[in-house]
Amino acid sequence: MTVSSRVFLTVILTGLLTILSMGTVVKKAVADPLVVDLSNHLVAITTGFTGTKVLLFGAVEDEGDVIVTVRGPDQDMVVRKKERKVGIWVNSESARYKNIPAYYASASNRPMDIIAPPEVLLDYRIGLHNQRFVAESYLTDADKKVYREALVRNMQNAGLFGERPAKISFLSNQLFRTDIHFPANTPTGTYTINVYLMRDGGVASVKTTPLVVSKTGVSAEVYAFAHRYSALYGIIAVIIAVVAGWIASVAFRKG
Amino acid sequence: MQIYLPIAEISVNIFLILGLGGGVGFLSGLFGVGGGFLITPLLIFYGIPPAVSVATAANQIVASSVSGVFAHWKRGNVDLKMGLVLLAGGILGSTVGVWVFAWLRSLGQIDLVISLCYVIFLGIIGGMMLFEATRAIFRTRRRGGLVRRTKKHQHSFIHGLPFKMRFYRSGLYISALLPLAVGFFVGMLTALMGVGGGFVMVPAMIYLLGMPTGVVIGTSLFQIIFVTANVTFLQSVQTQTVDVALAILLLIGGVIGAQFGAQFGARLKAEHLRALLGLLVLSVCLKLLFDLVITPGDLYSVMPGDL
Repeated sequence: MTVSSRVFLTVILTGLLTILSMGTVVKKAVADPLVVDLSNHLVAITTGFTGTKVLLFGAVEDEGDVIVTVRGPDQDMVVRKKERKVGIWVNSESARYKNIPAYYASASNRPMDIIAPPEVLLDYRIGLHNQRFVAESYLTDADKKVYREALVRNMQNAGLFGERPAKISFLSNQLFRTDIHFPANTPTGTYTINVYLMRDGGVASVKTTPLVVSKTGVSAEVYAFAHRYSALYGIIAVIIAVVAGWIASVAFRKG
Repeated sequence: MQIYLPIAEISVNIFLILGLGGGVGFLSGLFGVGGGFLITPLLIFYGIPPAVSVATAANQIVASSVSGVFAHWKRGNVDLKMGLVLLAGGILGSTVGVWVFAWLRSLGQIDLVISLCYVIFLGIIGGMMLFEATRAIFRTRRRGGLVRRTKKHQHSFIHGLPFKMRFYRSGLYISALLPLAVGFFVGMLTALMGVGGGFVMVPAMIYLLGMPTGVVIGTSLFQIIFVTANVTFLQSVQTQTVDVALAILLLIGGVIGAQFGAQFGARLKAEHLRALLGLLVLSVCLKLLFDLVITPGDLYSVMPGDL
């Protein structure tokens, strides 16, 4: 090997190393400002399911506020109003809503109105009052408000809409955690969890993570069977009843 | 201990449901009734969706009717021909009923119709039972147990109807339209209310068709099996509201309760039993009526689904 080629190789190698080391420096500079994970990405509704909670935890690189929103799968909803007719209460008028989350909850480390101005929260649709619930049926402006309130109130009573934002606690300046509660009647489907890192009244970073709520085990199989092979399910239900009735009459026969 | 019901999609206390089945089973053994008219409202009071309550109760009644019919069949207390004619009407009526059920559900009026049907029927039946039993109690006290008998062959417009048929076991020669209509009507009630309909069927058979009391229970049980089986099947196909897990829990409790009820009932006088049952039926009726009349806590309700 000649001297010149040795020099050439050294230059090449040095250059490569420099580029590599620069690369790592660059990578460090854009390291995630926000890291989030869940204790569990699957909520399994088993036969003994009575509700559960999922731990959300994460870290921020620099100081900032954190807001978490959890939105369940969309579904159509009908809000019905009762009216007294001939002495009894009857469902009368109704309004239909499309794409209403079957579950909604939020959490923050400080009150949201301190963290960000209302316009920002509205832009990002953060918080229950910023969700867009559009009635498909025609409603007067006064009715719009009443029906929307009724929808939210009923969902809150069912435990499916969070009454108020939950608390996010910071363990240090960087580590945070919060619990997401799921009641016994949690609807199944894919949930979207958004975690916002807020700085100076604006959104500095967003992380989105999915969470799946699904039935597992016997109850899931029974449900799937009842919907997929409904005729066969009906026949089996009848057979079970006939056999049970027959066993009972034999078991308790007198004399 | 909680168990998650796959179709009702809520978790319930397993012992509470067993107890509910047992309690109603006890009463049905005590009074000799199916108990569907009690189990459906109680399930609704507990928080099971009305649609699931009605469809599942129909499934449970299949079991209780099967266990009851064997004894009557052996004693020859089933008028097969009459049962089949009633059944033809019942199958037709329950099929129409399941269709009406789905239609009312889409209108958001199913809960109201279920409640109203219960208030009307429980009110009439309970009132009549209580009235008749109280009279019987006082009569036995005064005259030492004379029971009034109705004449077997009273002629009315009923005997002018066409398509006459001979029912040997019941000793009747009447128009087939009559049992068909009774079957149709009771079949609709089965679909809408989740009841076997014995409490309507039995009086109708005695007073309207003029059947001898001996074959009435067996024949009504016989046809109830098939009508409730039809409802179970159709509800499974159309609305997927039959919860087998719930039905099994109810029938385990029911079967055991019925045995204790029957033993306990043997120690009570028939008219006292009827008076008690009348009171019970009336109180369920009043509770349902009360719920319809008082101003609800929230005038608005939210349901997933289409309008």
